[in-house]
Amino acid sequence: MSEEDLHFEGEYPIVIEGLKNAFGEFVVHENLDLKVRQGEILGVVGGSGSGKSVLMRSIIGLQFPSAGRIEVLGKDITAAEPDEVIGVRNRWGVLFQGGALFSTLTVGENVQIPLKQFYPELTQELLDEIACYKTVLSGLPREATNKYPSELSGGMKKRAGLARALALDPELLFLDEPTAGLDPIGAARFDELLRELTDTLGLTVFLITHDLDTLYAICDRVAVLADKKVIACGTIPELLENQHPWIQEYFGGPRARAAHAAKERGKDMSKQGMDKQGDSGA
Amino acid sequence: MRDRAEFTIREEEVGTTVVVDGPLLVATIADLDTDLRELSGSYQAIDISQAAPIDTVGAWIIYRFSRDHSATITGASEQAQVLLRAVEESATTYAVAPPQEDLLTRVPAHVGKVVFDLLAGTRRNLGFLGALLVAAGGIIRHPSRFRLRALVRQMELVGVTSLPIIGLMRFLVGIVIAQQGAIQLREFGAEIYTINLTGRISLRELGILMTAIMVAGRSGSAFAAQIGTMKLTEEIDAMRTIGVSPVEALVIPRVLAAMLMMPLLGFYAAVMAIIGGAVISQFQLGIPILTFLSRIQEVVPLHDLYVGVAKAPVFGLIVAISGCYQGMQVKGNAEEVGLRTTRAVVQAIFLVIVLDAFFAVFFTEIGWG
Repeated sequence: MSEEDLHFEGEYPIVIEGLKNAFGEFVVHENLDLKVRQGEILGVVGGSGSGKSVLMRSIIGLQFPSAGRIEVLGKDITAAEPDEVIGVRNRWGVLFQGGALFSTLTVGENVQIPLKQFYPELTQELLDEIACYKTVLSGLPREATNKYPSELSGGMKKRAGLARALALDPELLFLDEPTAGLDPIGAARFDELLRELTDTLGLTVFLITHDLDTLYAICDRVAVLADKKVIACGTIPELLENQHPWIQEYFGGPRARAAHAAKERGKDMSKQGMDKQGDSGA
Repeated sequence: MRDRAEFTIREEEVGTTVVVDGPLLVATIADLDTDLRELSGSYQAIDISQAAPIDTVGAWIIYRFSRDHSATITGASEQAQVLLRAVEESATTYAVAPPQEDLLTRVPAHVGKVVFDLLAGTRRNLGFLGALLVAAGGIIRHPSRFRLRALVRQMELVGVTSLPIIGLMRFLVGIVIAQQGAIQLREFGAEIYTINLTGRISLRELGILMTAIMVAGRSGSAFAAQIGTMKLTEEIDAMRTIGVSPVEALVIPRVLAAMLMMPLLGFYAAVMAIIGGAVISQFQLGIPILTFLSRIQEVVPLHDLYVGVAKAPVFGLIVAISGCYQGMQVKGNAEEVGLRTTRAVVQAIFLVIVLDAFFAVFFTEIGWG
């Protein structure tokens, strides 16, 4: 195994050029370009049916594009078959919209599946330990480790899905609407957890979301999907400059303003918190 | 960079230090994990200044060692410190597999559960029949609620699309019956009775029975799997919330379709079997096909046809109810769908054969021998 295989050193772990996806006559993407930077959380937004999930499926090789090129961690995904070994599948984790947990296995066993698949040399003891701490790391109580997915609530399923996505300590994480269907407190915790994990583990995250709070709170950059392509990609202040009507409507709406205000409040609070710490230290 | 993490032991005055080097990644750590587990004795510190890169699995193993040996971790890089803190906060041990009782408790508990399930199952089965009758009553009172399109669609699925496979199967079975029957009857010089044998057995017994088994395998299983999957995806619950009775919308059309199509399929199957018998008789016994068919009219009493056709709707009812009932019982996970589908088919075939035996005795007793 060479050094390059262990860690991706390039600037853009995901590069999409001229992507076209079509289902029969219906064209979802055309001439879509997108680059995801190393170590960032990229939020992907777009109206319902704008092809966010299809874009994610194309990147992870589940949807074969009609045209274009997709490079993940320096490897050409579009040249490979869905089940072909191309040396990137053990370096990404995917959280599907519904969690997509294996329903006949417990949460812990779900976490162990990718580990067993790629690293059969690990002992069962270590696998059990890993399953436990990953479950807790993903924000679940430890009692959830031996529960079946059908015994979990929707929010817990999402976290369990995240635990499985993180099983291999991936460099790349794909999340499809991770906070959809969570209560605001649960969603905020999930955001925090994600930011924390990203900073701790040095992940690059491709995050599909409708949640404006998530966008404001944790995304480094946001890519906007409309008119079959990425019409803009940048930080939220940069996007606010953009005159595209959809973007204006999206970020100018009352919900977006509320989310923005919440972020500002959050900043003030953390500043105060730091000041206090400074005081007590002095 | 090396492929696997290793460690050396350094003796110092203050105590023994374990020095780890190499990449502490999930891909490279398997051996280090086993080796560190086997290490016994007291260690003062674990030095990871030589170890990079590191991921959470690596951090976990280092953390576990330091916890188990009360050793301090030295030389951790900034990233390693963050990871170590993260795994320390998440450190826990809990069983991954669901808790399991020991054998002495499990066996009697399982036996008890089977008995109770059997009783509860019977109750639920009766409950389902009741719900079916209520729904049927509702439809009779409000005929506008009857779903004609669903019925026609199910009739197509149960009946029309199974014509080729049932026809082929029965044609072949007809050949086998006539051919084997002829061999045995030839011993007595009674080959001509091959016609009686083929005609009567096809119309009275096998035509219907084998069709019922075929429909159970084809449609009963499909009912259970469809309704079971709808149950899992909460479609059934969604129907209830908008005031649509799943029994009315899903079960009634399927049951009716099976009851209506079974007699037709059974008759068609019997005809195919007779044609099969006629074809083989032409070649093996030299009986012309037309003679064979006109002899059928003479030797097969009309009540054989009635017996067969009378049984068919009952068999169709049993197959459809088993399938729909088992489908409605699905809950939990995808495995359950498979389990219930199997059970639907087994239950349907079993009940059909039991009832067929009952019918055989009954019809003979009333003089339709």
